[in-house]
Amino acid sequence: MIGFDVAFWILAIIGVIAALMVVFLRNVFRSALSLILCFLSVAGIYFTLSADFLGAVQILVYVGGISVLIILAIMLTREVQRGSPSNKLRIPAFIVAIVFLGVVGYTLLNTPWQLSTAAPLEHTTANIASKLLGEGGFILPVEIAATLLLAAILGAIVLVREK
Amino acid sequence: MSVGLEHYLVLSAVLFSIGLYGALAKKNAVVILMCIEIMLNAVNIAMVAFSRYIVPTVLTGQIFAIFIIVVAAAEAAVGLAIVISIYRNRETIESTDIDLMKW
Repeated sequence: MIGFDVAFWILAIIGVIAALMVVFLRNVFRSALSLILCFLSVAGIYFTLSADFLGAVQILVYVGGISVLIILAIMLTREVQRGSPSNKLRIPAFIVAIVFLGVVGYTLLNTPWQLSTAAPLEHTTANIASKLLGEGGFILPVEIAATLLLAAILGAIVLVREK
Repeated sequence: MSVGLEHYLVLSAVLFSIGLYGALAKKNAVVILMCIEIMLNAVNIAMVAFSRYIVPTVLTGQIFAIFIIVVAAAEAAVGLAIVISIYRNRETIESTDIDLMKW
């Protein structure tokens, strides 16, 4: 278990630093690159939680797909030179974030969670598949998600199409 | 002290707060979308941590995380399309300048 602990601490520190870099770097392109680093460390966090399928999905969808979309949008909007300045709500936003962190942290550290001692599943892919598509599973949400993705693709095409 | 549920939840709260600050305080619309992605990832970490430590043999938390990823992908596609469309029409994506609907 000590390996998991070390991996958790390394990944958590990398993830938090990368998220801070996304927010505080002046160059938009560099913050997109550190966003990719943040996604990768979140995928590693999934692996330490023995969610192997979800870690792979995270790398495929976020690192492979969404980050490319974001970099494409940065390239198309030519905002790299202007940087990413803060608006005049910087101080109130900081206070809101700190208060939120304090309240949530206090709550979740003082809640008596009913932890289970059962060992996690070794391979989650087959179980997730039978849960999603099997009897009494989530087949209706899966179909709705497919419709949502189709609608999102059509909406994106209509929005960026040349007149 | 070995890593437990609280560590993952605190990490999730920290990432969510960073994303919240960025989404509230940044001008650039693409950076705001990036911060929203950080917030969704933080929620996913909390979901998977609950699934791992509270009900380890029932994978409902991971399935919720998969649906969150689907919705996040759709949201990123539509959001960036809106940003590009605004940039074409108004030559800016600063959220303080996009105030057409502000009276």
